[in-house]
Amino acid sequence: MKRPVIRRRDRPARRLSIRDLLGEALAGVTARPSRLALTTLGTVVGIAALVSTIGLGQTASGQISERFDAASATRVVVEPGERDGPDGAVQAVQLPGDAAERVNRLAGTAAAGTFARVDVGGDRVRGVPVSDPSGSIEHDIPTVAASAGLFDAVNAMIADGRVFDDGHDERGDAVVVLGKYAAERLGISRVDTQPSIFIGERSFTVVGILDSVSARAELLDAAIMPMGTAAAVYGTGAPNAVEIRTEMGAAQLIGEQAPLAVLPNNPDLLSVDVPPPPGSLREDVSTDINAVFLALGGLALLVGGLGIATVTLLSVLERTSEIGLRRAVGATRTHVAGQFVVESVIIGFLGGLIGAAAGVLATVGVSAVRDWTPLLDYRLAIVAPLLGAMIGLVAGTYPAWRAARVEPITALRTS
Amino acid sequence: MTTAELQVVHDADTEVPVVEMKGIGRTFPGPPEVRAVENVDLTISPGEYLSIVGTSGSGKSTLLHLLGLLDRPTAGTYVLDGVDVSTLSERRRSRLRGERIGFVFQAFHLLAHRNVVENVALSMLYQRVSRRERFERSRATLDRVGLGHRVDADPATLSGGERQRAAIARALVAEPSLLLADEPTGNLDSSNAEAVLDIFGKLHAEGLTLAVVTHDDDVSKRAQRRVRITDGTLSEEKR
Repeated sequence: MKRPVIRRRDRPARRLSIRDLLGEALAGVTARPSRLALTTLGTVVGIAALVSTIGLGQTASGQISERFDAASATRVVVEPGERDGPDGAVQAVQLPGDAAERVNRLAGTAAAGTFARVDVGGDRVRGVPVSDPSGSIEHDIPTVAASAGLFDAVNAMIADGRVFDDGHDERGDAVVVLGKYAAERLGISRVDTQPSIFIGERSFTVVGILDSVSARAELLDAAIMPMGTAAAVYGTGAPNAVEIRTEMGAAQLIGEQAPLAVLPNNPDLLSVDVPPPPGSLREDVSTDINAVFLALGGLALLVGGLGIATVTLLSVLERTSEIGLRRAVGATRTHVAGQFVVESVIIGFLGGLIGAAAGVLATVGVSAVRDWTPLLDYRLAIVAPLLGAMIGLVAGTYPAWRAARVEPITALRTS
Repeated sequence: MTTAELQVVHDADTEVPVVEMKGIGRTFPGPPEVRAVENVDLTISPGEYLSIVGTSGSGKSTLLHLLGLLDRPTAGTYVLDGVDVSTLSERRRSRLRGERIGFVFQAFHLLAHRNVVENVALSMLYQRVSRRERFERSRATLDRVGLGHRVDADPATLSGGERQRAAIARALVAEPSLLLADEPTGNLDSSNAEAVLDIFGKLHAEGLTLAVVTHDDDVSKRAQRRVRITDGTLSEEKR
């Protein structure tokens, strides 16, 4: 009797191609869809928590940095303060008239100027343009005084004309700079005709109109005269505030040094308004929440990983006869272990994928509700599923090792 | 052919025996130490249809595992298809098992959630056979065992006889040198058992080498040659 000739055909090089391995693992994973869903749950929750925490953190800091621009980061304001003295009396101090010059000597100061409210004794402000009858109407326009440096310190932009200088200040010239809104109310739009306004019975020449300022927005509503003029005409004494624009990054330093420079004897009686250190605002908002959510996310991932490990181990025990069969048809221990590792990597990857999508949706959803611009590093959407796969890899190692140790004899024993 | 001629296990000049066991023993370390198989000499020639009979606990399962490279002997040498497998690494044994031996189990061991043709194709998964060829050959083999119409069926929907035929197709498709069957009719009713044995007879006629382990006389008497294992010792049964 002749035995059939066994043909050894031309065969591809690999014993178990990547595609076949993936196919077997996918078939194993998808055999029980409801179990798959439960197994991925932990990873989904963990990855979603991580992605949304990071996403919302990025979004929130985006909002903060929008508001927290360069102008406010370099603004320091020194004002007189008060405190209860040892004998119960309230101690108060006044800013010296040359406070701005003193601050200007500090390295890191870009510009400094003093500001004072002027008590004009109830006098009203009137404009007197020749052709505008409405100009005779009296307006309740606040009158303030400034040193020449104040305009630079608040980043003033001029709509027309110029601002007064130290010369006007020293001479006590009767000039004013009008804020944009004050000029509108007085009907003055240009200064080339040298318009005048009256405060009470006193006439002042308008030398310029302010278009915008980065701080102390009340200037835009006011008629601003030099400090020297205010002192000479209305007896205005100490400034109400020193406005300082610092070099970028010097705000904290200037905030510490300015009181000492302004009032060497009683620096702690001054109140100083300093912007928060860079990044501290962002951290304030996100650090606490982030720490909690990242911890929760990490915990969920740990639980997710343990879940994958447990279910994969359970699946190894359930599928011993399948493992035995695979060994019988020629699978090595490595083949068997590989399949279970790949299965748990797939579970982890799926969890990561769904979790990343959920996290992105959460970020966008919260942003929509809060009217924020959602900001999310797109790399996060790529890294998250990979992280899930990594968790699957780690979680699958022990079950895979157990699977590889299954003896085919035991597995195939007829019970 | 006479009985005497049949006892000449093979024509030594031209054919290498499929199985050549010499002094094979398998002792399970104790305590108590169990000598499941002792000093077995067994030669199976190409094309032979052998049945191995014995009562439960006689060592026939151990012998089957040894034959199928699922277990290693503790004594003796085993040459399968001209290859001494006693000294091979686990990896080589796995490969050889997949290529040279087809298993048919009492419990079928078909994978749930995979259709019939996928189950059959599984036995070439760990060999160098392309996916396309695996499925083509699986379909052809299912035709051979009369299951050509159920290739896409879920094994759960098959009758016991159909399941065993699918399992036989799986054992055949990789073109093994030896088909090993372990109580192949144990879970079947008599008519399905008859059908399975008919297939075995047909395969034998086509030249396949078969070894069937059974305790059932109806199964063993279909075989051309019968050996009995008693307390781990093998003896030839003359008919």
